[in-house]
Amino acid sequence: MKLLVCISKAPDTTSKIAFTDGNTKFDENGVQYIVNPYDEWYALVRALEIVEASGGTVTTITVGTEADNPVIRKALAIGANEAIRIDAEPKDPFFVAKQIAEHAKEGGYDIVLTGKETINYNGAQVGAMVAEFLDQPFVSLATKLDVNGNTATLERDVSGGLEVVEVATPFVLSAAKGMAEQRIPNMRGIMAARTKPLNVVAPVELAALTSVINYELPNAKAECKYIDPENMEELVELLHNEAKVI
Amino acid sequence: MSVLVFVESKENAVAKAGCEAISYAKKLGGDVTVITNGSLGEDVLGTLGEFGASKVLVNRELTSNNEQQLTRLITAAADSVGASIVVLAQDQLGKAVGPRVAVKLSAGHASSVIALPDTSSGFAVKTNAFSGKAFAHVAINSDKKVLSLMPNSFAAEKVGGQATVEGFSADLGGAGITVKETKIQSGDVAPLPEAEMVVSGGRGLKGPENWNLVEDLAQTLGATTACSRPVADIGWRPHHEHVGQTGIAIRPNLYIAVGISGAIQHLAGVNGSKTIVVINTDAEAPFFKAADYGVVGDAFEVLPKLTAAIEKFKAFQN
Repeated sequence: MKLLVCISKAPDTTSKIAFTDGNTKFDENGVQYIVNPYDEWYALVRALEIVEASGGTVTTITVGTEADNPVIRKALAIGANEAIRIDAEPKDPFFVAKQIAEHAKEGGYDIVLTGKETINYNGAQVGAMVAEFLDQPFVSLATKLDVNGNTATLERDVSGGLEVVEVATPFVLSAAKGMAEQRIPNMRGIMAARTKPLNVVAPVELAALTSVINYELPNAKAECKYIDPENMEELVELLHNEAKVI
Repeated sequence: MSVLVFVESKENAVAKAGCEAISYAKKLGGDVTVITNGSLGEDVLGTLGEFGASKVLVNRELTSNNEQQLTRLITAAADSVGASIVVLAQDQLGKAVGPRVAVKLSAGHASSVIALPDTSSGFAVKTNAFSGKAFAHVAINSDKKVLSLMPNSFAAEKVGGQATVEGFSADLGGAGITVKETKIQSGDVAPLPEAEMVVSGGRGLKGPENWNLVEDLAQTLGATTACSRPVADIGWRPHHEHVGQTGIAIRPNLYIAVGISGAIQHLAGVNGSKTIVVINTDAEAPFFKAADYGVVGDAFEVLPKLTAAIEKFKAFQN
């Protein structure tokens, strides 16, 4: 089984979010980059479990610059066989998805796995776009994946519950919490990652359709108003007359 | 200008997030057409005119929410009405469909949209970014545009009117995915992330046997119940109730957090809520910094009092 896992870098979940250059750029000062958790913990680890159980290869793909190499090496240290980096700034989801789809078309992968979203842009766009470029089914928000020959059985989140679905390969999925458990790379993995292939590929020419103009931080919350635990009538009164939510 | 809105038809009505999308589309100006599928009656679909739709196109053949077939249906409808903008809700289904529609139409796609566009120079929308810790203003530079709206970001406003309902056929192709089983929590409360009021419990409740306190309050309010990540992880509550960065992101009008400390990852999924009430025994819990109203007290004493106070308020209202 040939599996392709899309890997994106994201600021560590505890990073302070700030912006520079008139709020047009993310302030990277002091920020530690990690593999986007949905890509790593769920998509990558489940892909590795599948090839460990029934054979095959796991390739990671990233659209990014040299600055992304450390997170790509991390994915290799966790156990991916090889990595591909499309050498371009990830301009927008449409651009990124097209680059991945172009490579996936050539590669003949059985499953393309993405995380359900990145924790910095939260767009949840790339996986579905790759599927459309490839004209393949897209199982969104998958929480469980089992493969039997060329048929896969998945569970996925739907409004108010979950769905069990079956799909034939090839297909694309986005992975959500539940699909696998986080793996910490060991020393052997880290050493091996240094010599695993990281192939740098030129992008296909394509204009982005969207761009971020600037960012904005939420307004600071007003001071919390404390209410006497004995006086819940006051809380109800405030929720009704002040907050106007009940 | 022609705007097409995809709304999800449920058993007896269209999804609330779909009505919000129609209201949003109406405010963009221009003529609003709705595309949907399934078996809802003409009388129900016609009432979508109240939110500003002039016409509802319905495909009766497609009875499941297959994302590839819906994509073909929506793009065929967009071509048919010459839509320059397609609007849909960014719920579980919308996340699978919106980006596909954008690719098929070669349209720029903005997701997690929370406000009307700024068209003073070009076309830009405000979106959620950094897991709710910031906003990004995203410009769409293509002629055609797809906008996926965060549920509960935009009120479904009745402006009056009746929509004409027409059947709509398209070449839907095959469904690559077969649904074997659906496990939906039944009940008459709104599902997350559509719910306007949410009562959420954390480890401070000490065990699943105490959840009746959360459920009583939720039921009295007409709210949906939710939980923090640790509570879902240890199996006190089902995973689909988990709100936060790795669970469901929500933006209800009222979020009541009981016995939840307010880790940054939890806040990321709930800080879009309009009003946050935090009930916790620990006055130092970080959640109080993000709260509008705080109660430092024992949930086992505070919750029954709050439920009783709401009951009294509701009785007085009636």
